[in-house]
Amino acid sequence: MDPRPLWLLAELTYKCPLQCPYCSNPLDFAGPRFRRELATDEWCRVFREAKALGVLQLGLSGGEPTLRPDLEELVRTAHGLGLYTSLITSAYRLTRERLAGLKAAGLDHVQISIQGADAELSDEIAGTASYRDKIAAYHYTRELGFPLTVNVVLHRRNLHQVEALIRLAESLGAERIELANTQFYGWALHNRNALMPTKGQLAAAWQVVERERARLGTKLEIVWVLPDYHEQFPKPCMGGWARAYMTVTPAGEVWPCHAAGRITTLTFENVRDHPLDWIWEHSEAFNRFRGDAWMPEPCRSCPRKAQDFGGCRCQAFLVAGDADATDPVCSLSPHRHLIDAAVAQVERAARGERQPEEWTYRAAPASRALATKG
Amino acid sequence: MIPHLHAKARLQRDEVRGREVLLYPEGLVGLNPTGAEILALCDGARSLADIVATLERRYGASGLERDVTAFLDGLAAKGLVVYGP
Ligand code: SF4
Ligand code: SF4
Repeated sequence: MDPRPLWLLAELTYKCPLQCPYCSNPLDFAGPRFRRELATDEWCRVFREAKALGVLQLGLSGGEPTLRPDLEELVRTAHGLGLYTSLITSAYRLTRERLAGLKAAGLDHVQISIQGADAELSDEIAGTASYRDKIAAYHYTRELGFPLTVNVVLHRRNLHQVEALIRLAESLGAERIELANTQFYGWALHNRNALMPTKGQLAAAWQVVERERARLGTKLEIVWVLPDYHEQFPKPCMGGWARAYMTVTPAGEVWPCHAAGRITTLTFENVRDHPLDWIWEHSEAFNRFRGDAWMPEPCRSCPRKAQDFGGCRCQAFLVAGDADATDPVCSLSPHRHLIDAAVAQVERAARGERQPEEWTYRAAPASRALATKG
Repeated sequence: MIPHLHAKARLQRDEVRGREVLLYPEGLVGLNPTGAEILALCDGARSLADIVATLERRYGASGLERDVTAFLDGLAAKGLVVYGP
């Protein structure tokens, strides 16, 4: 069987004490589709099946994965299988004891998000006072000898802090800082007008990144996730649809990526009904966009198709209304005007010609309200 | 010069693909048998010269220093191998 997956993102729960308006979780995370969370033994089976299928990297994510009381047991199982295991957490109320227990269970790497470089902005964006917990947890990871990634999702309200964020990660002795420009899925798409940066902001931030990369070398790896709306060509879809990556959601649905569940024209299978290798190899959703036979023009005859795989299927569905279309971010796409319009709207707001928009925080009541609205 | 793996990196057998891999945060490097052998010798005690000498003895070869250094330097550039005193 070829290709085989290398990466598994296990979204252990969609419960989260934070309320980030850019959250990539589904808008209906609080709805019935995700309610019945997998039990400990079900997750352990998923990890075993993933390892047998070829997975080597495991991300434990959410929502907030530390809300699972069985996290230590899940880590122990994953470690026993030889999976390189990363915890992706907000660090809210995360104690030194809990982290020490996870270290003993075999956790390899910790990624802690932060929403801004100071308590005031970070807590405002998170919608929950959490900055102090994060800083404390960063120090615990150092004391306990974990490799540390500081993760920041960037958008209009915090892009001016890129330099301060890099300096913070440096002072903490982190191995990596991930500066992830907002990708517009889930809550981020819902809040797009409030989050979209201006061209000027991005250019200034990019200058800082280049300068700091040169200064820091291998001391701190600075990852810059491209703001694709401002690019000419789309990002490659996770190394190609269903080629290297899969996501298992809290209630056991398996997706080729963490955003794919929004494509309503696909049917997704559940680990409760099928073994993982069957889902990977035979399910309709995983096979739908494998390879390039599905591609329309302009992708079909484009030399870049081996590089970007026609871009993102989720974005094609969400923006152009057709998962089979060329990613609308591509300058060759007939739908590119939809992206340009979203970008232009923000430039007008920045010039004071429009009211800047407010965002909706990611929270269960808002989720239920949006779910009933459809 | 004593090369050793950075604490964030871990050697792992990839049974499914029949090879060793070096795993680290958000990434991995597939290794060929020689690469895996070199890294297995990077135990924090052997110097670069010891590692080269061990491999040359094992294979009855000479002049391996350039290749071993190039391999380790490549990983050092990614921050995966660190040279100690
Ligand atoms: S379809 Fe889009 S969101 Fe999904 S993996 Fe590909 S690029 Fe990412
Ligand atoms: S036309 Fe398709 S393959 Fe070519 S650059 Fe655009 S998205 Fe990529």
